[in-house]
Amino acid sequence: MTQKRRPQILVTGAAGALAQQVIKKLRDTCDLVAVDFREQVYLGDDIPSYCIDFNKRVFEDLFRRYHFDGVIHLGRVQSSELTRMRRYNANVLGTQKLLDLSHKYGIRRVIVLSTYHVYGAVAYNPALIDESAPLKSAGLSADLIDSVELENLANIYLWRYPELHITILRACNIVGPGVRNTMSKLLSSDRAPVLAGFSPMMQFIHIDDMADAIVLTWNKSVKGIFNVAPHDWVAYQQALKLCGCKRIPIPSIPPTVPKIIATLLKLRSFPPYLMAFFKYPVVIDGRSFAKEFKFTPKRPLKEIFSYYRDNKKPV
Amino acid sequence: MGLAAFLKSRLVPADLDAQVDKIKKPIGSLGYDPWGYNNEVIKYGFGITRQIYEKYFRVQASGVENIPAEGPVLIIANHSGQLPLDGLLIGYAIATRKEKPRIPRAMIERFFPTVPWLGNLLNEVGAVLGDPVNCAKMLENDEAVIVFPEGVRGSGKLYRDRYQLKRFGNGFMHLAMKYNAPIIPVGVVGCEETIPAIANIKPLANALGVPYVPVALPIIFPAKVHLNFGKPMYFDGTDIPEKQVTDRVEAVKAEISRLIDKGLSERKRLF
Repeated sequence: MTQKRRPQILVTGAAGALAQQVIKKLRDTCDLVAVDFREQVYLGDDIPSYCIDFNKRVFEDLFRRYHFDGVIHLGRVQSSELTRMRRYNANVLGTQKLLDLSHKYGIRRVIVLSTYHVYGAVAYNPALIDESAPLKSAGLSADLIDSVELENLANIYLWRYPELHITILRACNIVGPGVRNTMSKLLSSDRAPVLAGFSPMMQFIHIDDMADAIVLTWNKSVKGIFNVAPHDWVAYQQALKLCGCKRIPIPSIPPTVPKIIATLLKLRSFPPYLMAFFKYPVVIDGRSFAKEFKFTPKRPLKEIFSYYRDNKKPV
Repeated sequence: MGLAAFLKSRLVPADLDAQVDKIKKPIGSLGYDPWGYNNEVIKYGFGITRQIYEKYFRVQASGVENIPAEGPVLIIANHSGQLPLDGLLIGYAIATRKEKPRIPRAMIERFFPTVPWLGNLLNEVGAVLGDPVNCAKMLENDEAVIVFPEGVRGSGKLYRDRYQLKRFGNGFMHLAMKYNAPIIPVGVVGCEETIPAIANIKPLANALGVPYVPVALPIIFPAKVHLNFGKPMYFDGTDIPEKQVTDRVEAVKAEISRLIDKGLSERKRLF
């Protein structure tokens, strides 16, 4: 009697909180292999974990050793990390290598995590941006080029190799316990800078909800591009207030002033390339994903913010 | 009593507070919608507008009951007076009507979101960046949307051109046809006299990146304002050439012109 083989999945970005949540949710039903280019993380005896640069030849050995059915690509270097060149190598060239290997080894399902930053923050953005909107951020900041290029690459492979069943998820601000991105750091700080006179609408998704969204995507093989965001919104300054952050206003006009201040003070929590996102709203429409994958976020904004309010110095 | 509660007790009358709460809006768990509308801030906005509407401009509104109680609707009006006071007064008239009030959304110039404080404040009281995608999504949400098809051509016109309708864009008609939204034409009389401008300093406007810099007295005159809401106009969604769409726009423009003439004939004096 033959027993049905459990699907084997390669999860990248294993050192990140999101990947670990996804692994936690999938480990009972799937065989997982974790990889991260930053560090090797211990995820239990049943999950092999590697620290490998995707651009190195040894990366292909993973595909030779394991017979992957799918790839969940969460290992994206954030715009606040490394230099532009190293980010480009990791995010764009590394992803290309990953997709090439996925094609070569007959993988039938690829999920790529992207970000809402690709839409770009401009004063003329309409609200509820849907997936067909142009990606403006590459023209607005050189630091966001790799995010757009990563998407373009995934798009090319999506159409050229339909058998890969690529799904690209453009998530809004992922926040919650263990998340170390710029927004999470701001919400968990005692004092957070704001641009005087600007409080754009923002969307936040709890890390557990985002992990649920990725698991739902894995379970339903629908390819394409989807925004992932709850149908709930809050103004940035109000979010800080609800998180118990003291708001420190930075002069906002002329537009070069806040950039100069952020650069001079080396404000890592308020990077110059994200300045526009603290000024103009980028509100995405996540209804298409919610409908297709029957996704309903379970953690409301109040719960997210009360976590930050109660954990001002998260471990 | 905290400062917020004190300010609310002074600025927001209880009846207005209850009126806003009574109107159902598609908002999220923290009282915001995707465009930044905030249920609490609008109460302060209406509290202040009540004084302006009733005491300063002594607005006389007729036909406000023509706005359907629910469903998507486009409220199309002439634009005038340098500042978007006409949008504010139309919005207040609809929000405070006795039977089935609605909080409409006004489409505003693209320049406003770049202005610190003002841009956010306008969003919080329901104004939305004048983008066709925004208008379409709001009609999908069954909102009542105020549109000034003249745009800055209307609001920035000089006193000598008062009550002369400028060119209307066709965008609103396409949206009305696509979303099966009735059009309510509105003739606004009085706002032209609030900030009479004799010239526009174009070089300064270009340097500042604003649509116009009027030469006018730094005062808003208390002109009496007449708002005349017309009967709903329905346009089917058949695929027609742009020329016919323009003809439909001209029909709306003609109706607004008629409503302006009605307001002018009703007006006894300027102030």
